[in-house]
Amino acid sequence: MSTTQNQFHRDAERTTADVPRRAFLRKALRGYEVKRDETKATFTDWQKARNVAANIKYDGVNHLDRYLLEFEEKFTARGGKVFWASNSAQAREYILQLARDRGVRSIIKSKAMTSEEIHLNDALESEGYHVVESDLGEFIQQLKHEPPYHFVFPCMHLKRDEISALFEKELGSAPTDSPEELTMIARAFMRRQYIDADMGISGGNFLVAETGMVSITENEGNARLTTGLPRIHVALVGIEKVLPKLSDLALFLPMLATAGTGQHMTCYNSMFGGARQPGETDGPEEFHVVLLDNHRTRLLADAEQRDALGCIRCGACLNVCPIFKNIGGHAYGTTYQGPIGSVITPHFRGLQDWKHLSGASSLCGACTDACPVKIDIHHHLLHNRRNAVDQKPVWWEKIVWFGYVQTMTRPWFLRLANKLAPLAQKLHPLVLGGLFDPVRNWTKTRDFPEVAEESFHDWWAKRKEQSK
Amino acid sequence: MNGDRDKILARIREGLSVPAPLHHEMPARAGQSAQEPAFRAWLPAVGASQEEQMALFAKQSDLLRTEFVTCADVRAAAAHVAGLAAAHGWKKLAFHPGALTGALVPHLPTDLEQMRVEEGYDKLALEACDAGLTECEFLVAQTGSVCVTARSSGGRTLSVLPPHHLVIASRDQLVADLSSAYQGLNAKYGAALPSFISFISGPSRTGDIERILVLGAHGPKKLTVLVVG
Repeated sequence: MSTTQNQFHRDAERTTADVPRRAFLRKALRGYEVKRDETKATFTDWQKARNVAANIKYDGVNHLDRYLLEFEEKFTARGGKVFWASNSAQAREYILQLARDRGVRSIIKSKAMTSEEIHLNDALESEGYHVVESDLGEFIQQLKHEPPYHFVFPCMHLKRDEISALFEKELGSAPTDSPEELTMIARAFMRRQYIDADMGISGGNFLVAETGMVSITENEGNARLTTGLPRIHVALVGIEKVLPKLSDLALFLPMLATAGTGQHMTCYNSMFGGARQPGETDGPEEFHVVLLDNHRTRLLADAEQRDALGCIRCGACLNVCPIFKNIGGHAYGTTYQGPIGSVITPHFRGLQDWKHLSGASSLCGACTDACPVKIDIHHHLLHNRRNAVDQKPVWWEKIVWFGYVQTMTRPWFLRLANKLAPLAQKLHPLVLGGLFDPVRNWTKTRDFPEVAEESFHDWWAKRKEQSK
Repeated sequence: MNGDRDKILARIREGLSVPAPLHHEMPARAGQSAQEPAFRAWLPAVGASQEEQMALFAKQSDLLRTEFVTCADVRAAAAHVAGLAAAHGWKKLAFHPGALTGALVPHLPTDLEQMRVEEGYDKLALEACDAGLTECEFLVAQTGSVCVTARSSGGRTLSVLPPHHLVIASRDQLVADLSSAYQGLNAKYGAALPSFISFISGPSRTGDIERILVLGAHGPKKLTVLVVG
């Protein structure tokens, strides 16, 4: 078993045992589900809208080279600078070099999962830059020195008293149990940060090829301040985020809001096309877009799972997932949690090290149903399982399957096994829970079901005999 | 210096040499994405008449906690703003001069200090203002959104930095949905779109703490839309 898999088992076991936290999460996630269903119901035809959205994403991803070049051409024509980064190190170095060249001291960030992916904050801080996350949830996680718990709701696992204690310790604020007061503490702290920052770093929800724009969706206004006040704006965006046309957003903005938080529209949906243009009042002097590959092309090369690149990171699949509800976000150990994270992480970070996430699924398909762009998520979990075994067969699984085939292809052997099973179960207590217990993972938390004394085969034969 | 541009493009092209299967039904006009009028058939319905659309905008504003006010003329709008200023004890209001804003501000009380942003501004001074008054491109009935741009609304930050955002619009700026707004922007600007376009749907908000809605996370705590005419 790999280290990541061991860690996953340990963490999942620990978080699953925390029943009050699970109840707290379930309630929040259920709330999002109810609200999403209400908003979905206002659509004239949600299913058709999903088809069209999937179709547009299919077009975008399957002509990615063409659309990225179109984006680059349009974006550059408006004075923007595009940098293509193959991996995390390249992306980090570009941003660091930019900060050095421009004499940057203070950096403000709005929510960007790509930045979590490449561990940008650590890199910037280790070179002495002052870096502040402006999104409330991300700010709380930054103060807690913890990665986001959910890629849309970073601190959904924390209760107000924990956040109050954190603010008291880190910011010296007075304790409070009001979410509003807590939000205002962060607001007051952040105001000065926006104004003092030389560089604003954002992510991007969509790259519009037609107009060379980066579209950012947010509720708080922090991304608008991050991209409006500092003199340099850097957007770090995955290459798969392209949409062919600006007007495609007329479909995607409402769908992202509905699937993600159950809103009709997220509070601010902003499209950025270049730095401040001639005749405009304000805005940054420079606008850089870092296009991040970081193994997205590896996922692209897998034609069967290519549709996973259409993901708009709404988080709907996490909110409905029975696994996420029980183990929570941190147990995954990945940047992208939940069903979609389990699908894409093996491509980003290695199949053998992350295949266990595809095993941690009930295959109920709730994720696939929830997905606004119709990614075949639960089948991709099966594809990952198959690919992992094809690539590196597991010796003990091979033995088990060999034994299964031997038994099932020989009726006399199966009958013998049926006869012996009750006897074997009588001996089970001798090894129960120990190293030699073959079902110890099961018996750790449950009783093993009792084996029938009589097989169906015997019962049927006896019944026929009696009815003669 | 543009990094691994060619390498990434080569990897993309190599990957795409194997076609992807379709996991979903392809609707009409496969492979094309410009379906502006078609989106309308699937998104939430919007009435055809201006009255219906105005009513929908009012309903959405209410849900979003936007204060929506219809005014007979600019003078009436100014009276509403003066009322807000008195009620909240405003000292300073920032604005950009436009046809509507320019017509409104002369009617404001003289003790309300005014700050203009179009020639550039001190960030701290703008932050200290109690309200920002802007125009907009469109009001979107379907979603209750206000479409602002760097060109029409005094830049990027006037509409987000002060704690109260006031929008003044004329009735004919109301459009049915987002598709109409994008079409309108294309018609007005062509290829020279402003560097910043935003759809604002209600005052700034967050639910990051226990899923409890709090207004005014980082942007305005209040949004007032004044429609004249």
